[in-house]
Amino acid sequence: MIDISRVSKTYDGRAVVDDLSLEVPQAAFCVLLGPSGCGKSTTLRMINRLVDFDSGAIRVGGEDVLSMPPEMLRRRIGYVIQSTGLFPHWRVADNIATVPRLLGWPRERVEARVTELLALLRLDPKAYRNKFPHQLSGGEQQRVGVARALAANPDVLLMDEPFAAVDPITRDALQGEIARIHRETGKTILFVTHDIEEALRLATVIAILDKGKLAQLGTPLDIVENPKSDFVRDFVGAQGIGLKLLSVRKVAERMRAGENAEGEPIAEDATLAEALGQMTARHCDRLAVANDAGQVIGTIALADLVR
Amino acid sequence: MSAAAQTVPAGTAPVPRNLVLPVLVVATSIGAIGCGFVDLAPNRLASGQPMMLWDAAGIGFTATLSACGAMLLAIECAAPRRWLAYLAAAIAGFALVIVLAAAGHSATILATGAPPAARVSLGAGFWIVLGCAALALIDALQRAEAGAATQFVAAALAATGFIALVETGMFDALSLAREFAARRDVFAAALARHIVLVAAAVGPAVPIGVLLGLTALRRKRFEAPLFGVLNLLQTVPSIALFGLLIAPLSALAKAVPGLAALGIGGVGPAPAVIALVLYALLPVARNTLTGIGDVSPAAIDAARGMGMTPGQVFWQVEVRLALPVLIAGLRIVTVQAIGLAVVAALIGAGGLGTFVFDGIGQYATDLVLLGALPAILLALAADFLLRLLAAALSRRYAP
Repeated sequence: MIDISRVSKTYDGRAVVDDLSLEVPQAAFCVLLGPSGCGKSTTLRMINRLVDFDSGAIRVGGEDVLSMPPEMLRRRIGYVIQSTGLFPHWRVADNIATVPRLLGWPRERVEARVTELLALLRLDPKAYRNKFPHQLSGGEQQRVGVARALAANPDVLLMDEPFAAVDPITRDALQGEIARIHRETGKTILFVTHDIEEALRLATVIAILDKGKLAQLGTPLDIVENPKSDFVRDFVGAQGIGLKLLSVRKVAERMRAGENAEGEPIAEDATLAEALGQMTARHCDRLAVANDAGQVIGTIALADLVR
Repeated sequence: MSAAAQTVPAGTAPVPRNLVLPVLVVATSIGAIGCGFVDLAPNRLASGQPMMLWDAAGIGFTATLSACGAMLLAIECAAPRRWLAYLAAAIAGFALVIVLAAAGHSATILATGAPPAARVSLGAGFWIVLGCAALALIDALQRAEAGAATQFVAAALAATGFIALVETGMFDALSLAREFAARRDVFAAALARHIVLVAAAVGPAVPIGVLLGLTALRRKRFEAPLFGVLNLLQTVPSIALFGLLIAPLSALAKAVPGLAALGIGGVGPAPAVIALVLYALLPVARNTLTGIGDVSPAAIDAARGMGMTPGQVFWQVEVRLALPVLIAGLRIVTVQAIGLAVVAALIGAGGLGTFVFDGIGQYATDLVLLGALPAILLALAADFLLRLLAAALSRRYAP
């Protein structure tokens, strides 16, 4: 869906992005991960041409981004930034309607879309559509920011450290929302963060950048289990490696099917870290496991976590 | 202060919550007792004999004004209530009308027994009482947290009330009114010319100043030299700038045929408008730089990222968010130009300054006032209206 091919960008003689190639398949949740200054934000902003690249080519949905005026390109790509960038003089509904109005949608269609998106982001349309951004909490503002990015139903969503400025509890809720929206809509998402936990939780594929080059590309499990270089090993965090492994593996992988146990069951798509947390909190060494429908389908024991 | 008042135990003497009104009432009393309310002079050039409020206007007006002061003090000692603030505003407004009526009444009475050449001028006492009543009205409206609409209605009421009082002829015996009557035919023309001078200066100054401010914002290296020049211009005394423009403009009018026919020359409105434009550039450019420069970079980044064209980003986001600051700049230059245009009469530009300089030349204070008072009222009105506009624009989304 997004095809970055041998792209470079130099600022004042210093290569910020250095001969970078990266292919993001359709419906992937690709996280660009790396320390500050590694070129991840620049890479993201080159895709919607907020930053011009010096050489190479970028294609979105098969089309060269240079083949159309930048405004037309940007209206087809969702864009979410850390500080939300909501327009303070526009109400929530007007903010969300930004791109549909630029595209000249008829009024009824815009209204209907705003209602639909507020509901998708779990904001009561009646209560929220006429508020101004300063009347919202940080988390609500970022929900509106995401709704605005999704407004014209773009195939691709670019998110530049969208949850870095909110408190941990709000961040956790927002991560849950974006994961759900990704599952429900099948958008291709390119997500920039420097937070390894966030990357492991959300990504279907992680691209680690170092000094403008691709250090490693792989699934979260791949990155944690088989770091290709010392840089990746250090960045992922050599010390907490065991706990990180627990947080990328699912309960379903280790469960003993057909057995049963006492107590509130844990979901089969929960991580092993969550299962360990439950056991510690409940002072037990065995949990029932339930499927999506809530039926108990097996158990998981403490020993299974470290197997 | 209000918190302290609430902790006063029951039974002790009432304590005013705010010192503004008591100070105004005391100042009014001192002004009324210590200074003449009107001055009676044998002719328009001689200096007058001060007359006290109760001697000139009578006991009735004096008692009414004292009652107004006492009521305002009483309200100030009561518990804070919004309707009480509105009541205070109404009393202050009423006192304002009574002061004006007292002045008109004094002049009428004093003039009936005096020879035709005698003049009744407004004295220091009148100005003090009038000023205090106006300040009390503004203070009460602020305390009532009156919205833009209420303030506008109050100002419109005051203006129509004043015009209605003038229409009744109650001020006709005042020296100021007699100066006006003698120049009734030229007054309207001078006022119109004054407004035209200001409009002709502010009109071009706004786009030029905005362009200069934007240039400084987008090309940082222009900022220091540009504002250096504009600051320097601002320090040139207005009379000097008007004078400095005479020579180059007369040379230009001589060199280019046809310019003189258009009214452009060393004296007259052309140099005045040019000088007023030059003075207006700094505030407009400065407010453009800070106003647009302070727009959140995140909002601009998001606007571009959403696919707004550069024009849409500028008009729908940058200008719209900077509008209160830009209007503040417009307010500053309008008020400044109204004041400076008075001086422009020196180089033959006309306007209200004509009366001021004639009055100074003839040593006739009331003629000076005939030029100065309308200029002050004009500046206050422009300031008030643009303030309301800025408040209405920023109220809805201000954090």
